[in-house]
Amino acid sequence: MKLQFAERPERSLARQVILPLAAVVVTLGITSTAVVGAGANPLTAFRKILFTPLSSRFGWFEMLVSATPLILTGTAVVVAFSCGYYSIGAEGQLTAGAITATWVGIRLGGWPTPLAIVAMVGAGALGGVLWALPPALLRVRFGIDEVVTTLLLNPVATLVVSGLLNGPWRNSTTHYPESDPIAGPARLPRLFDRSRLHLGLILAVAVAVAVWFVLSRTVTGLRARAIGQAAHAARFAGLRVERTMLGAALASGAIAGLAGMNDVAGTQFKLSEGLADGKGYTGIVIATLAGLTIVGVVGGAILLGLVKMGSTSASRSLGVPSQIAEIITGCLLLVTVALMVLKRYRIRLVRGGGRR
Amino acid sequence: MSFALDVAAATLRLGTPLALGASGEVICERAGVLNLGIEGTMYAGAFFGFLAAYETGSVWWGVPVGVAVGVAAGWLLSWFVVTLGVSQHTAGLGLTLGLIGVCDFVNRLVVSKNSSALAKIRPFGQWDPFGWGGVFQQYWLTYVTFLVLVPMVAVLMRRTSFGLAVTAVGENPEAADVAGIDVARVRRRALLLGGGLMGLAGAFITLFQVGSFTLDIVNGRGWVCLALVIFGRWRPWPAVLGGVLFAAVTALQFRLRILSGWSGVPFELLLALPFLVTILALAVSGRGARYPGAYLKPYRRH
Repeated sequence: MKLQFAERPERSLARQVILPLAAVVVTLGITSTAVVGAGANPLTAFRKILFTPLSSRFGWFEMLVSATPLILTGTAVVVAFSCGYYSIGAEGQLTAGAITATWVGIRLGGWPTPLAIVAMVGAGALGGVLWALPPALLRVRFGIDEVVTTLLLNPVATLVVSGLLNGPWRNSTTHYPESDPIAGPARLPRLFDRSRLHLGLILAVAVAVAVWFVLSRTVTGLRARAIGQAAHAARFAGLRVERTMLGAALASGAIAGLAGMNDVAGTQFKLSEGLADGKGYTGIVIATLAGLTIVGVVGGAILLGLVKMGSTSASRSLGVPSQIAEIITGCLLLVTVALMVLKRYRIRLVRGGGRR
Repeated sequence: MSFALDVAAATLRLGTPLALGASGEVICERAGVLNLGIEGTMYAGAFFGFLAAYETGSVWWGVPVGVAVGVAAGWLLSWFVVTLGVSQHTAGLGLTLGLIGVCDFVNRLVVSKNSSALAKIRPFGQWDPFGWGGVFQQYWLTYVTFLVLVPMVAVLMRRTSFGLAVTAVGENPEAADVAGIDVARVRRRALLLGGGLMGLAGAFITLFQVGSFTLDIVNGRGWVCLALVIFGRWRPWPAVLGGVLFAAVTALQFRLRILSGWSGVPFELLLALPFLVTILALAVSGRGARYPGAYLKPYRRH
């Protein structure tokens, strides 16, 4: 028996809505084996991970706190992928943004808050741009594949953090390998009392809306998407492919850098090891799940933020390790791309080998 | 003199997983499949190899289990990129994320549980078949890798019909199909074989070098193998040679760290050096690199 593919004549809206939902359901089905392996009831587990947090105001806000950096990394990936630049470096760019934001944040004591926050935003974006620059230049100048170079810079960023925290940036009072806390004015203000939800969410949504506008409503966005669809044709049509791609790569780096700044200035208030924690890679999952749409990115970020936060809070009472969140994330990516094939093709089982 | 010998011996040790991983990736990419699952496959080989040794109490069980897990990972990837024909970037990355998640999950559940003490096994000892010491004092798998496995991969790719078929489906699957080669089957086998080598690469780290499993143990070495393949222009020996060079830089920085004159240099900077050197080498050697003709392209009959 063999699988045979025949292209579907048209795409229906229903299928585009059903697909992500189906992906979530199938993913939960597959990952329930891990939950059973841990000796828990999958239904109880998924209820505690996905629904219990939503029964309280605190849970809703915490979900949005986890979703905030994911909105940014997901948007960053959409910007790069839309232009056909397959950067896998959001993880390292996020870390670089966190480093520069910390460097600036420690020095902002006594500044007025609005000015300090503008400085933090600039610093985070700049760090991400700097980390995105070498692979982008290698790609547009010499045609070196960006997948490998962006990937290789991720562990380097982690090593830089570790070098700083075990060396010059080691906390001067506790001597733990973490930076000194950033100054008060550099911290993103809380939005509500008794909640960690902070200005970063509004910033992230604003960035997402801006990217949506540029990609879908401006000439620049049209150029970027044309290059992403068919670089050769775009070049033939007279578009400056290299320039646009460089711009997309650096914008993507800036947004990923903002995610790092968001973590430092919004929740951690210091630089510590393991800060990125896979959020850059999760951004790729979200962007793919969203089919490179911004609305989808926001929805996907909220979903995976909920999974991350729910798994952490439920792990102790369930006896299911919180790493279940990573299994769900990886599995969701695989199931989504598999279902996307189903969306485009009719699949038949053919008996007898299926050779012509 | 002993310093140079010392570094040379460490280079071969540190180069073993890179040589295995890069050889595996060469096979996959020559068949037209970029295997971004390599980092996760090595991680799974490292973890499940360790787990098998830990549970059975015999380190020998870890080797076949590490290989088998790698083959299974290759099979899973082949189902996505060969059978379904989904994007190789996303499928490979999803595989890596999922496998790392599964390993960390099982590690928490079975090995580390509630105790904070690190679970250990007695790793393979070093072996000196000639009694010459120095560079010749190595793990048996290091000998097997450089004297048996890598030469076998090189011969397989150049001199056998399977190797020709792999190159054919990687360069021009339409033509290969017309010539009577089952494109899907050849690609699937390339992924299984490559995955097995990657799993072995991971198992080497836990079963030989370290003797325990810690989170993030592969630490980007899978990504390094990807770079080595481009650096070696999709040929096994040059890619392995690149791996040995990477290992030499790593070995050198370990030794330099001990020297008094170098104590001021943060060692993380030295650890990052091989990655940066690899990117630099890519920038120099990767210009105008000729990728396999069907790189990243799924093949589907019409």
